[in-house]
Amino acid sequence: MKTKIAAPKTRRNTELVLLVVAVAIVLVAYANVGLAVNESLPVDFFTLGGGFAVVAFAFHLVLRWKASYADPVLLPIVTLLNGLGLVMIHRIDLAPGSPDAAPKQLMWTAVAAIAAVALLFFVPDHRRLRRYTFIFGLTGFVLLLTPLLPGIGRNINGSRVWIAVGGFSFQPSEIAKILITIFFASYLVQTRDALSLVGRRVLGLPLPRARDMGPILIAWIASLGVLVFESDLGTSLLFFGLFVGMLYVATERRSWIIIGLGLFLVGAYVAYLLFAHFQERVSLWLDPFQPGMSDQIAKGLMGMAAGGMFGTGLGQGHPELTYFANSDFIIPSFGEEIGLVGLCAILVLYGLLVERGLRAGVASRDGFGKLLATGLAFSMALQVFVVVGGVTRVIPLTGLTTPFLSAGGSSLLANWVIVALLLRISDHARRPTTENEGRPENLGTDDTQIVNVK
Amino acid sequence: MNAPIRRLGLVVAAMFCALLVATTVIQFVQARSLDDRPGNRRTLLASYSKERGSILVGGSAAAVSTKTDDQYKWLRTYPHKSLYADVTGYFSFTYGSTGIERSEGDFLNGSSDKLFYRRLTDIVTGQSAQGASVQLTINAKAQEAARKALGNQKGAVVALDPKTGAILAMVTSPSYDPNKLSSHNLDQVQQSFTQLSKDPDQPLLNRTINGNLYPPGSTFKLVTAAAALESGSYQTGSTLPGPAKLRLPGTDSYLPNDFPGNCGANDKVSLKRALTISCNTAFASLGMKLGQDELRSMATKFGFGKSLSVPMPVTPSVFPNDLNKPQLAQSAIGQYDVRATPLQIAMVSAAIANGGKEMTPYLVQSVRDKNLDVIQSTDAKEFANPISDGTAKDLTNMMESVVSEGTGTNAAIPGIKVAGKTGTAEHGAGRNADVWFTGFAPADNPKVAVAVLVENGGTAGQEASGGLVAAPIAKQVMEAVIGK
Repeated sequence: MKTKIAAPKTRRNTELVLLVVAVAIVLVAYANVGLAVNESLPVDFFTLGGGFAVVAFAFHLVLRWKASYADPVLLPIVTLLNGLGLVMIHRIDLAPGSPDAAPKQLMWTAVAAIAAVALLFFVPDHRRLRRYTFIFGLTGFVLLLTPLLPGIGRNINGSRVWIAVGGFSFQPSEIAKILITIFFASYLVQTRDALSLVGRRVLGLPLPRARDMGPILIAWIASLGVLVFESDLGTSLLFFGLFVGMLYVATERRSWIIIGLGLFLVGAYVAYLLFAHFQERVSLWLDPFQPGMSDQIAKGLMGMAAGGMFGTGLGQGHPELTYFANSDFIIPSFGEEIGLVGLCAILVLYGLLVERGLRAGVASRDGFGKLLATGLAFSMALQVFVVVGGVTRVIPLTGLTTPFLSAGGSSLLANWVIVALLLRISDHARRPTTENEGRPENLGTDDTQIVNVK
Repeated sequence: MNAPIRRLGLVVAAMFCALLVATTVIQFVQARSLDDRPGNRRTLLASYSKERGSILVGGSAAAVSTKTDDQYKWLRTYPHKSLYADVTGYFSFTYGSTGIERSEGDFLNGSSDKLFYRRLTDIVTGQSAQGASVQLTINAKAQEAARKALGNQKGAVVALDPKTGAILAMVTSPSYDPNKLSSHNLDQVQQSFTQLSKDPDQPLLNRTINGNLYPPGSTFKLVTAAAALESGSYQTGSTLPGPAKLRLPGTDSYLPNDFPGNCGANDKVSLKRALTISCNTAFASLGMKLGQDELRSMATKFGFGKSLSVPMPVTPSVFPNDLNKPQLAQSAIGQYDVRATPLQIAMVSAAIANGGKEMTPYLVQSVRDKNLDVIQSTDAKEFANPISDGTAKDLTNMMESVVSEGTGTNAAIPGIKVAGKTGTAEHGAGRNADVWFTGFAPADNPKVAVAVLVENGGTAGQEASGGLVAAPIAKQVMEAVIGK
């Protein structure tokens, strides 16, 4: 007996409605800043605002065409976050003595969206990425280390995480993050069986075999290398946390988490003992108001406090008094001007974004897709936690960009690519298998084929 | 792999919860205290954007905001320059604020919760927001007299109304011109501030309530005498040993009098006479008889060790713990580690003047909004009741004889009964004594209680004593209040 199952809806119209709301919020915020600061609508309200809307809706059309079953919430959330980031960067530009960062950010938004669209075109199935597992892995680790190269490496704000080529600076770790996540996912899918084999039991905890400890040790040493040679605590934490999280998901063995946490604590403690830089971070975390020390956390806290429950209103606070108000400290800038309520809304948007990514992982029908979606979503969660936790004193402050909000091209580009990958995986997960009927021309191009048996 | 992904989802949820809690703590729970941190530029900018309320002394303004054309919109000015600086404090863009400017900042800048309803009506009626004005208890004449009498000497004067606790004068020297710190020329402000904060004489310090505490010297004998009278074992006529010098038990050292010779015939002296001539040996042995617990308990009743705000916080005065006999002997005459603020010593006199009831000192009489409606006014409150009415009368009687025939004759005001006590606190070699006078007048109907402290002997240098240097200053302040 055959039961007829209703085909899943594409949900593209839901996405369109949400997208209209997201674009509307951004445009209202932009108008609000102009009215508050100059008491008039921004002169480029219709050109810039219109341009932004065109980019968002064009992306939507591409999804209808190329990934029609993709998750309908991802694009609206990302549009809203990116748009709000643009508005805040523009608002800080208007404060006296601030550089012009908004036009550059707008250009990067367009570039990033185009890159994401290109990815949707050229990667019709995420499993194709598995073919290049080791190329991605190698490129990723090389990119991670490029800032150390003399000549192109740049030391900015105490961390050596930038490269500059021909007057053009870039943070390669952002791109490396994606490549390495793909590599991890592919590698772990292959080796998960071996890694989940149990060796000895210690204190009732089934430990993995000693010979399987290699990968986690390599990841640990690599993150320590980033930490020591590039002085970048945030990136180091992000990579190691990502690896341990993915290892756990791949093997379903809790002992990996315990081993990972142990290694992390040892590494962090040794770094704390060895480097004055980290000791300073920790002591500022415990008390940000110490006289004679950096007052950047203190200034951010005062900004957030000034915002209180509902904020001063866009354009009416003084976010420019905080250092890096449009990059590392953009979260306090939002806290000041749109208040606790607005900041919580932003955090909830991030939470939804991560949740949607994890959901794509759960729904995905292949192990690689599951691990990749989980890894990408988890890396975004870690990054938000590290950067927002740093400015709100949950953890010591480390330098990472706030996804989609911070001024900075490499971060924007990388995060749009992550979203494009998540869209691709969710599209694949929700697309009904029956669609393969009548499309035999696809046969043979994918790694795994679905054979319909009648 | 779905189960671990879901569990990872829980970890992510926990991480985001931590962030939500942390932002709530910062922007809601701690917001007020972060806003109030000194040097918070945002709070300052916000308070500069509207007219700050005035600080008033009598009918004239000690601090007032005037309109300017620059980005700060309002300039804080102090028309009397340094005269009220110790009370008003300063209001600086770069360095935050001190004194009343800080303690009453919420009212002055209009952000107090008590002004909520008025802010609301301002928004509805479209009127420009304005802070509330603060009326001080300071008596302009007493303040001027104290400033003038203290002159260039380092020291402090504080005068109280013994019946209410209202602070009538609060002067410390050297002082500063707060206009130089409230200026909008931030470079000059920085220069002035650096200069003031590096000055070894610490002109920014309010010596009456903060900063270095001083050994109260013989003024503390009032507390020792109070403890003796309250114990019931002593009357004003009780006989005490009064040799020229007293051997400290268990040591080879001696505690001498400030004057040569003994305190009375046959090395005997009455309690009243001992206070009149400030006999160290009599009070040292009295202290040892009473014991440290009795002394400490009396000092604590007067306010030693207790925190107090006027509304600026007052550093608590100290009576030391765990004394041996020689230390107790010295403590009984206000030496060793006994330390006091001039305000505390004035409160001792005021309590004696007010029949044993010590009133809580305060500087703010009332707060009025811009329509001159009173938002808050201070009522006299009892701080403590350290001694009985009878003990207060006895002490008054003894203190009158200090001024009429003892060490404090320079405080005498013709035609008015003045009660007082001098103090000369030794610092050992290399530094002259800190000299004191505390008292009240008129003794039969007290209107003012004062404490005067002059550091390092003042202009009299090595010759300095409380009676010589501090008493004349107290006299002029008391005269200014009584109106003679």
